[in-house]
Amino acid sequence: MSDDTTRLFLGLVGVLLTASVIAGGLSWRSPKPLPSTLDNLNARIKAWWIMVAGISFAFLFGAGGVILLFAFVSFAALREYVTLTNTRHADRWTLLGMFLIINPVQYYLIWIDWYGLYSIFIPVYCFLAMPALTAMRGDTSRFLERVSEQQWGIMLSVYCISHVPALVTLPIPGIEGRGLLLIAFLIATVQGSDVLQYVFGKLFGRHKVAPSISPSKTWEGLIGGIASASLMGAGLYWLTPFSPLEAGMLAALSCVMGFFGGLVASAIKRDGGVKDWGHMIEGHGGMLDRADSLVFAAPVFFHIVRYAWT
Amino acid sequence: MRGRASVLQIVSGSLLAVLARAVTGVRPIWAGSAPNGRQRIYFANHASHGDFILVSTCLTPAERSRTAAVAGADYWGSGRVRQFISRRLLRTVLVERNWVERTVDPMQVMLDALDAGQSLIFFPEGTRNMTEEALLRFRSGLYNLAAARPDVELVPCWIENMSRVLPKGALLPIPLLCRVVFGEPVALNEGEDRKIFLDRARQALLALAPQKDGNSR
Repeated sequence: MSDDTTRLFLGLVGVLLTASVIAGGLSWRSPKPLPSTLDNLNARIKAWWIMVAGISFAFLFGAGGVILLFAFVSFAALREYVTLTNTRHADRWTLLGMFLIINPVQYYLIWIDWYGLYSIFIPVYCFLAMPALTAMRGDTSRFLERVSEQQWGIMLSVYCISHVPALVTLPIPGIEGRGLLLIAFLIATVQGSDVLQYVFGKLFGRHKVAPSISPSKTWEGLIGGIASASLMGAGLYWLTPFSPLEAGMLAALSCVMGFFGGLVASAIKRDGGVKDWGHMIEGHGGMLDRADSLVFAAPVFFHIVRYAWT
Repeated sequence: MRGRASVLQIVSGSLLAVLARAVTGVRPIWAGSAPNGRQRIYFANHASHGDFILVSTCLTPAERSRTAAVAGADYWGSGRVRQFISRRLLRTVLVERNWVERTVDPMQVMLDALDAGQSLIFFPEGTRNMTEEALLRFRSGLYNLAAARPDVELVPCWIENMSRVLPKGALLPIPLLCRVVFGEPVALNEGEDRKIFLDRARQALLALAPQKDGNSR
């Protein structure tokens, strides 16, 4: 454990402690029973403690721990996604293959650091193999719809998310052995942006960004959240090979991508007629409710860093 | 049939519960009944061999260890492997469904289990539902049990999605999220007609199913 890791960890615990104290104070002064917003806030903060503990625990085991953690995140996300799709009996083998073969193989390729294959394994080989397998089963009813749902699911849940742990494999000169901190930087800014958008939205939210998709996303929350999260990202430059300005700009880009990820996830949920993806994380909903912003941010962040810094 | 589960049954029950949670993330929704320690008959829709595992996974460990699933003897009592699974590994009450050839009265077998203090998981449709219908017509068993043992609570349990996870004939389960909704207990009114009661119980179970435009397509 380097000094920077310890500083980051202590900082996170400090933020969570502050949040817990504030929420505790609000709950103490509020009339009982607690209004649902406050109840939800308490549940969210409690879940954050558990998530930070889980991520920290994975970091103790280095790259392997983080890869395993995100393989599990992908599994949970894919399970939530497939539950919402229209599956037919003829899709069984394709679906089983997504869980039992594609997900483990993608993370194994990251573990052995085979960039040439893990960057095309899903978009080339799996995207061709999956419809072929489905077609061989002979059921053509709503074929295109089923195949697209499967491909988009594996893209969101496995391919995109797997770019978070893939950051650890980037050979950036001068930061050997500090790849984990780059992951911490990405997660902290994107998730921080989610939290800050929520806070700014609750405090100042007036004008909805996309009222037909999500009632909780407002321009005030979006701008305030992304601006403050970008500043926070700039302040976290010491975790990364970037200058403060570069760190702030990459954070801003990641937060904007994260916002789009949340928006697309909301549109899928609305189409499927549900409010949350699942119930895995109390107060937040399912795994995809928490990870939807990382889904869009991770691959873009990964490729920009790979292009410009290696 | 003894009232207590063997160590092997408790261990395999817990292992199955861990496995069921890992695959389906199942969680109980208590909508009208809560765990209360009373002896119960959990009656549920049935479309998959995994159904009783989901219901028992949702129970507290103490309730799980005294709960047995009612299963067809013609299937689960035939062959050594199935016999080992149904008699040693799991807690089942095997009833003979074949009217002509049966040697033991299925009602007597279930009443013996209830009298030994067990709770039961019961599928009132009598067989796995392979049709497009949400729920088949109930057979008489539920009425007979309710009439013979009025003190036992009848709790409707709607099992969601398990038929997609493990449909008939499938060996490997597809990981999908499942829920079990436990509704308000149904009791047999005094002098209530068999058909009326069975229909009422069926409606109580159907009412727990998600709406068509809801979250399970």
